[in-house]
Amino acid sequence: MDEGNQLNHRTDRDDGALAAELTAALGSGQVRSAGLERALYSRDSSTMEAEPSLVVLPRDAEEVATAVRITTGHGRPFVARGSGTGLAGGAVPLDGAVVIATSRMNRLLDVDVTGRLAWVEPGILNLDLSHQVAGYGLHFAPDPSSQQVCSLGGNVANNSGGPHCLAYGVTSAHILAMEVVLPDGSTVMLGGTTAEPSGYDLRGLFVGSEGTLGIATRVAVRLTPNPPVVRTLLLDFDDTDDGAATVSGIIAAGLVPAALEMMDRRAVEVVEAFAHAGYPTDAEAVLLVEVDGLGPGVEAAVETIGAVARRNSVRTVRVAADEAERQALWRGRKNAFGAVARLEPDYYLHDTVVPRSALTRVLRRVYEIADHHGLKVINVFHAGDGNLHPILSYDSRIPGMTEKVHQAGREIVEASLDAGGVLSGEHGIGLEKRDYMGLMFSADDLAEQDRVRSVFDPRRLSNPDKVIPGGSRCSDAGWAAGAAAGEGAWV
Amino acid sequence: MGLRPHPPELKEFAERVGTQGPVGVAGSRTHFELGGALREGTPLVTAPVGVVAHDPAEMTVRVRAGTPVSVLEEHLRAGGQMVPLDPECPTSTVGGVLAVGRSGIRRLGYGHLRDLVLEITYVNSAGRLIRAGGPTVKNVSGFDLCRLLVGSLGTLGFIAEVVLRCHPLPEVSRWYVSGEDPEDLLAGLYRPAAILWDGAVSSVLLEGLAADVDDQERRFDLSPAESAPEIPRRGRQSVRASQVADLQGEFLAEVGVGVVHRSVYTDPPPTDAPALHRAVKERMDPSGRLNPGREVVV
Ligand SMILES: Cc1cc2nc3c(=O)[nH]c(=O)nc-3n(C[C@H](O)[C@H](O)[C@H](O)COP(=O)(O)OP(=O)(O)OC[C@H]3O[C@@H](n4cnc5c(N)ncnc54)[C@H](O)[C@@H]3O)c2cc1C
Repeated sequence: MDEGNQLNHRTDRDDGALAAELTAALGSGQVRSAGLERALYSRDSSTMEAEPSLVVLPRDAEEVATAVRITTGHGRPFVARGSGTGLAGGAVPLDGAVVIATSRMNRLLDVDVTGRLAWVEPGILNLDLSHQVAGYGLHFAPDPSSQQVCSLGGNVANNSGGPHCLAYGVTSAHILAMEVVLPDGSTVMLGGTTAEPSGYDLRGLFVGSEGTLGIATRVAVRLTPNPPVVRTLLLDFDDTDDGAATVSGIIAAGLVPAALEMMDRRAVEVVEAFAHAGYPTDAEAVLLVEVDGLGPGVEAAVETIGAVARRNSVRTVRVAADEAERQALWRGRKNAFGAVARLEPDYYLHDTVVPRSALTRVLRRVYEIADHHGLKVINVFHAGDGNLHPILSYDSRIPGMTEKVHQAGREIVEASLDAGGVLSGEHGIGLEKRDYMGLMFSADDLAEQDRVRSVFDPRRLSNPDKVIPGGSRCSDAGWAAGAAAGEGAWV
Repeated sequence: MGLRPHPPELKEFAERVGTQGPVGVAGSRTHFELGGALREGTPLVTAPVGVVAHDPAEMTVRVRAGTPVSVLEEHLRAGGQMVPLDPECPTSTVGGVLAVGRSGIRRLGYGHLRDLVLEITYVNSAGRLIRAGGPTVKNVSGFDLCRLLVGSLGTLGFIAEVVLRCHPLPEVSRWYVSGEDPEDLLAGLYRPAAILWDGAVSSVLLEGLAADVDDQERRFDLSPAESAPEIPRRGRQSVRASQVADLQGEFLAEVGVGVVHRSVYTDPPPTDAPALHRAVKERMDPSGRLNPGREVVV
């Protein structure tokens, strides 16, 4: 091993001894310390980065346990990493943490077709899982737009959502159990595959804990039968307000579509140029609506949606005639971020939720905020559950630009909370929104969250300094807002 | 901006819980002995009552934990919606049903009851009001303490108020019986609300649009039933959904779910990693003052 690469910016740390012990236990192929590799694992899909001291690529659960035990035995932190598509800096290793990446643990272990469940390793990619169980007429329902590349472990850690979570529920509703390596290197089973495992719902607590409670090494997922009939509609409007009113109208009509997505004019232009999905580029707003179920119900729903849209001055109602057309319509939506990436060198994707009734108001506010800062904003989002995703595209090489983007981001968060919304609908808190937690939770609330976390990780070595802002530890001590990010990180 | 302040009714509840000494919380006492009797002489409090706000357009309802489920149901029905909590006894309180954490018999169709919970405000062992989750239908802000509270039998905190996700009231809701193999019914029927199998006959609950339900009735040759089947309530066993076919004795099993209702008591399954579960209790309630005597970990 190259001694030079083991040097690190913090001098009170002995990466060499840690690397040597990890390598002795796991083999050199599993432990990486070269500068290039450390750089590779220093960021996720957010704008934050910090270099890890080492990268471990375990092949199975036992190797994860060994890596964790040795790392924390040295008093050093670790960070679980799936595919690094997280947008909140969750997988960014603060404090020279050891990155433990699950990418090699990507097997489907077992399928129980009657019980509609499967055991998987955490590194399996979301869409690969659905493809591998497709032969049984089943799929994994949560479908983040990143599903071709994001890992199931990342989905669990972030409690990820996706277009079809409107009707089917987010990741938590689809996770039955997981085997977890705790920060002390021990292994526990949380939840279970029987109907009502006894004890507290630690499974539910682990889902969405963003890697701060330990590393999931095996996960039991619920599989969902493929719907018999699916219809996908594209509705376009001259006015964004009409689009938003249609969203509310559909829900008010007692329908819960499988998906209900919205794109604004700029988004449509950008997506169409990239994906050629046949979206009308002169519309102010486009809705992509999917309904599924049995034939009669689906046809009735298509009728109702058309009627609601016509009441709200829809220009055209296009119902995908076949599977190819349906796939084309979705291709546009699911590639929206790829399309945006071509606009400017950088983009910042936000994620807040507002009540559906506040969609128009908050959207307008988002445009105002972007205009005020001279930023380009496009909106592609899960309208059915009020989950906004304003995307600011910019060039970070222009001095002052990044600061503007962050200021605009904060204002968007504040506008969402003002409207009765929440900090994040699916991307999580991570590092990005950690210091905003005090906008939504009291000092007591945060201390309680930290208390629960400390049961699993008393030394705070599992993904340290994420989710809960510094200063939340002691319930009665005041909470210091805006605590600095961990060393070596920039936000 | 700023945090939403806690309403006075919740603050008063927190005061009643207090900061020290044993204290228990009672709903309508339909499952009061579950997890063991409270230590004798434990003073009792009850949670605030009332539906605070039903917002049909958001499909959410904010309700105080002491509200009887029947009252909540009636309130929601007026707005064309429901929350499928489905307790055995309609007088059960919302907080009680969540603290017990057992889904009703429509779990197959509507999912586990814990997934209906969007936000919980509860009083912790230090007598402080804690809010977790958020009021919108989608939210991943912070640790999911809501899930932790559901099924905790009031041993981690006393639920004061919740925001729940609503569903549209189905146009029709019909029970059928069928002699078909229950696994075939499960595989063939589209999103049935419930399939209950007693080893010979399946009772099927279909909900939704009349046209859909009619269509399924015809295709699967289902016979309309007079009423819902009688559910044995003394024993409740938890198996994997795929084990239902192998059940022995007298039972009524939730096909596709794995909850088995029996007329004789059955022991709950042992808890995996019990020490970790106990550590959660010890950390959140160090003096063991909340519902003393009640045990969640088996
Ligand atoms: C273009 C694009 C589109 C996206 N669309 C969506 C969307 O529609 N919906 C949505 O919800 N998200 C979306 N995301 C965000 C992201 O894809 C999800 O959060 C995803 O679940 C992250 O998975 P990952 O494997 O990349 O996790 P990573 O980024 O590697 O890690 C995310 C977090 O999970 C933790 N973690 C990873 N594996 C484990 C494990 N085994 N045990 C414990 N903790 C673990 C990490 O420590 C980190 O905190 C999108 C991202 C991009 C780039």
